[in-house]
Amino acid sequence: MAYVHRIEVQYKTDPRLKVRTDRIRSLGFPIDELHVIDIYTISTHSRDFTPEELREIGSKLINPVVQTFTVDKATIAHFDTAIEVGFLPGVTDNVGTTARQTIEDFTKRKFEPGEAVYSSQMYFVCGRLSLINAENLAATLANPLINRVHMKTRTEYGTKGMDIVVPLVNLHELPTAEPVDLGVDDQELIRIGKEGITDPETGQRRGPLALDLAQMHAIRDYFTSLGRKPTDVEIESLAQTWSEHCKHTIFASPMDDDMPKGLYKTCIQAATNTIRAQKGDKDICLSVFSDNSGGIIFDDHYLVTHKVETHNSPSALDPFGGALTGIVGVNRDTIGFGLGAKPCINIYGFCVGDPESNPALYRGKNNSNPILSPRRILEGVVSGVGVGGNCSGIPTPQGFVWFDDRYVGKPLVFAGTVGIMPRSDGKRNLFEKQARSGDYIVMIGGRVGKDGIHGATFSSEALDPGSPVTAVQIGDPITQKKVSDVIVKEARDRGLYTSITDNGAGGISCSVAEMAKECNGCHVYLDKVPLKYPGMAPWEIWISESQERMTLAIPPEKLNEFMDLLASREVEATVIGSFTDTGRCVVEFHGTVVMDIELSFLHDGLPIKLLKTEAPVSVQSDPMPSCPEHLDTTLKEMLARKNICSKEFISVQYDHTVQGGHVLGPVQGAGRVQGMATLTKVVPDSKKGVGLSQGIFPSYSEIDSYRMAIACIDTAIRGLIALGIPLDSIAILDNFCWCSSDEPERLAQLKAAARGCYDGATGFETPFISGKDSMFNDFRGYDEDNNPVLVSVPPTLLVSSIGIHPDVTKAVSLDAKIEGDLVYLIGENREELGGSEYSAYLGISGGIVPALDIPAMKVRYQRLTHAILHDLVVSAFPVTHGGLAVALAKVAIGGKLGLDVTLTGDLRPDVLLFSETLGRFIVTVDPDKKRSFELAMGSDATLIGRVTGKNLQITGPSLRISVPVSELESANKKPFGGY
Amino acid sequence: MNPIATGQAFGRKELELIPDKALIMSGYGINSEMETREALLRAGMDADIIHINDLIDRKYRMCDYRLLVFPGGFSYGDDTGAGNAYANRVRNNLWNDVTEFLEEDNLVLGICNGFQILANLGLVPAFDKQYKRDIALMPNRKGVLECRYVTIKPAAETLWTKGIERIVCPVSHGEGNFSCSKEVLTQLKNRKMIAFTYCRENLKPADGEYPYNPNGSVADIAGITSADGKVLAMMPHPERAMEFVNEYDWPLQKERLRRNQQPVPTESMNMKLFRNIVGYFC
Repeated sequence: MAYVHRIEVQYKTDPRLKVRTDRIRSLGFPIDELHVIDIYTISTHSRDFTPEELREIGSKLINPVVQTFTVDKATIAHFDTAIEVGFLPGVTDNVGTTARQTIEDFTKRKFEPGEAVYSSQMYFVCGRLSLINAENLAATLANPLINRVHMKTRTEYGTKGMDIVVPLVNLHELPTAEPVDLGVDDQELIRIGKEGITDPETGQRRGPLALDLAQMHAIRDYFTSLGRKPTDVEIESLAQTWSEHCKHTIFASPMDDDMPKGLYKTCIQAATNTIRAQKGDKDICLSVFSDNSGGIIFDDHYLVTHKVETHNSPSALDPFGGALTGIVGVNRDTIGFGLGAKPCINIYGFCVGDPESNPALYRGKNNSNPILSPRRILEGVVSGVGVGGNCSGIPTPQGFVWFDDRYVGKPLVFAGTVGIMPRSDGKRNLFEKQARSGDYIVMIGGRVGKDGIHGATFSSEALDPGSPVTAVQIGDPITQKKVSDVIVKEARDRGLYTSITDNGAGGISCSVAEMAKECNGCHVYLDKVPLKYPGMAPWEIWISESQERMTLAIPPEKLNEFMDLLASREVEATVIGSFTDTGRCVVEFHGTVVMDIELSFLHDGLPIKLLKTEAPVSVQSDPMPSCPEHLDTTLKEMLARKNICSKEFISVQYDHTVQGGHVLGPVQGAGRVQGMATLTKVVPDSKKGVGLSQGIFPSYSEIDSYRMAIACIDTAIRGLIALGIPLDSIAILDNFCWCSSDEPERLAQLKAAARGCYDGATGFETPFISGKDSMFNDFRGYDEDNNPVLVSVPPTLLVSSIGIHPDVTKAVSLDAKIEGDLVYLIGENREELGGSEYSAYLGISGGIVPALDIPAMKVRYQRLTHAILHDLVVSAFPVTHGGLAVALAKVAIGGKLGLDVTLTGDLRPDVLLFSETLGRFIVTVDPDKKRSFELAMGSDATLIGRVTGKNLQITGPSLRISVPVSELESANKKPFGGY
Repeated sequence: MNPIATGQAFGRKELELIPDKALIMSGYGINSEMETREALLRAGMDADIIHINDLIDRKYRMCDYRLLVFPGGFSYGDDTGAGNAYANRVRNNLWNDVTEFLEEDNLVLGICNGFQILANLGLVPAFDKQYKRDIALMPNRKGVLECRYVTIKPAAETLWTKGIERIVCPVSHGEGNFSCSKEVLTQLKNRKMIAFTYCRENLKPADGEYPYNPNGSVADIAGITSADGKVLAMMPHPERAMEFVNEYDWPLQKERLRRNQQPVPTESMNMKLFRNIVGYFC
């Protein structure tokens, strides 16, 4: 017998009504008003609640000053259509969980398995909509992958209201491990690798393993040598561990004749090794590439970590959930670094299509399964990263958005986290860990469900019609916050564990097997793993990617203390096995061994494949059209381009001040301009701070991916130099998001970019400390007329930088500050418009991508650091996308002050204004410091004008523009003003 | 059993601390406990960060402290209304401790999520010590979290606001839109319980205008005290701008001070609030 009750909560006067209504109207729905009612559906079977109890519960879920509620009675209101949006069975429901805890705490009665509170939202639409329009509105309010939608007209709603729905998970699966016959022909092996194992119960394929024929052969041969068939648990486990996502086969495989060790070892790791050797005792690296994050020295006592992840495929399907999972996932890469670092700064990056476009693309034939609109994706990912950071108490100051229509099918979502931890606790280095044979394997945090199954293999394949919906997870930041707090603020410092890692891609199958390397073996009892709902098969439990989980190694003598501590913090912890030294990964399920593989095969049995590259056809250069007549208009239009304009709406909805370390934030100056870099204090009693920046130039890639990589590195570094951070304290991270990486031409671009990474990093002596790649960012689907469509992202490299500022009180912001100050250009102007924003503005392709003389830049950057740290500089801003004129405009807008500058040289005026030559800064200087500044900078600095008046005035040999700064500001802030 | 470690800086010089201590609540998504402790330490008061469950389990006693702080955060992810679920946990398990604490000569401070918790507990405004919900912090008018620096000024002379001309610090909340009935507002005004109001940079009233009043609060209210003045609840975060370099426009201020040959401060003006608290116990 199930007892179900429904509580409906509404505001007496909803403060958000106008904003919500306006937003929906701006999306083209002619509604008058859109009201929201919060619904809690309480479902129990062990005992019913009394009417008094339900009234009490209702009063606990509202604030009576502004809200009212009903119990088992429809809310009566004026409206035309009611739309209720709830979750599908098994989707994480954070609000429902909180409501359940509130009820449990108040009634002192725990809910039993199968009993729950489900949250949903009921929208009352005022205004007559056609059925099609109402359905489209519902599609805007809900995502069919995770939401259920019910709609009623006012008449249908009547006095009874909406129907009661209990989204309980009901599984009828075979909870056993099945042997899989690999003694089949190659055709079938290929099919198993691509579409998955056939489920004996349903006869359906279980979803992509992303194993190719050579890998399937290796697995078959291994089990033939053992004289038995593999189980589905073993095959699924190998598929996870060998996935592109986990093993980075494209970066690891030998390439052509000249890179037998592969791109990663030859270009990325070798760069860091070379730099560390060169720098000797000035080496800043403590832990690179081997752990969940990279760690560098902060000061004598602390280290900082950094890691940037991508979460692209899930974000294409569910932008909010995908991005949220991305950011809380990379937070765990911090908590799982060494023995646990405290997350102290989040960063973000989004590559999306133009939000004003609405391309008709479909995942399925016959206009089925349409892609989400770019605006929906942008708003979803912005919100997902925001909620993740905000709820976790981690500031999110730094990030970027890049627009290109080639991201419509597969958006890129970058999420990164910086952590802080003491280098040692007096007894051991906290950045090292070592699980020991005999330690318990303990899983903590959330429970395991079917969410995220095949996540790792899924992201290694291009998005196609068969994408499983179980690949979508929704994070629960509060559960994770409890995990994070108990680990990095309590258990770590009590020395309760010997090793820890994150459960990310591949779930415990990857995390446990990875930790098992530290002691050479593990033995897991899968039936001990706590589940969200009964009925899951062992292979699903083993590879599920349910969120908010960490795996730890606990010495037997610490187990009780650890378990007591976690219980008192309401964090679930379960012993699921032991670490061993048998050299094997053994998994049991209800007394039966379902997996028994040598660790050496699991980790190193992957067959080696030789990759071949082929030079792509070079991009033809279009002729330049003649110089525009009204360059002041051109400048305003450039400032309003989406890749250049202000995206402050993101900065203000991301908490960038929590933890109290804000020094230079995402917006700076009276004119609130978004900077290239931010500076944050992470140790209260230290003068030092952490600077973060990044470089990204996808538009350069097709023309010259080698120079593209150099541009990324230079820009990431230059953002920090402009704050006053010394070059020798800077480290960098790489995130390659490529496309069609099985094509030799794309691999050639990749190889050139990786070479650029090596040359850039070693040239500046800035080591790579961590990186991640995502190689198949292609969308395969159909257009309106059923034609197959392939949309590949431009080859994209994000270089993120982290540097330590020696004294934050000496840092400079970007804005011009005092009337009469001198304006300098650091660097020179060349005609380098290939892939530039101005080329995109003109609609021309080709041209010359900026080149860089790195040795000369090293000297220049060191000079500028010296000048800043000696108080010779009032403001500094790097010249990047959009070139010199855009940078000057932003310095002026930031200070709400005019600039009067004169430029020399024989470049065409528009080239001079918008060329993207690297290595440049705009700097303002107190006239009293003129001599010392010029002495410090030498020939690198050119005096070009003064801070004066209300206009940005630029004069050149055949150039004269003058625009009020207020007009530049409104041009720059208008495009996203309504977001 | 130790209070939660706080990542103290190594080799920090000894601080002069008063004997009375503060209790800073934590757990379930509260997240500003460490910087709040840092602000109190700098003002001269030691503070223990205690997980709410350790109070419920009687591992610590509220009555051993003089100041009770509900810091900022996202307890329970703001689900079922910001601060509501945490307030329920306090009311269901610690209510006697809280009311006894308020009977003594003690102080209570709530910042941001702390204000939301105090409002749901009815510890503010607490007219005549009836701890019922008289006010609400509704969702911001813009419907999303807003993080930006604001200027607030004292609207009444209280033990908390003594000598403060202004505070410039961040707000960062999705639900800070102060709302109450006309009668309650009149009482708040008449009994001088409005501690802080949002204002313009020149200290003129915000008059509800965005972004000076960032959330739509009635009468620009940013913080109130309880009727007896011993509880302060405010939305803005002074603890996030303890230092001069935490102020939004410090690079410009620094440049102006330097050119006028004036010294550049290290501490922000916001520390006065915490010094007032410590001063109360001296």
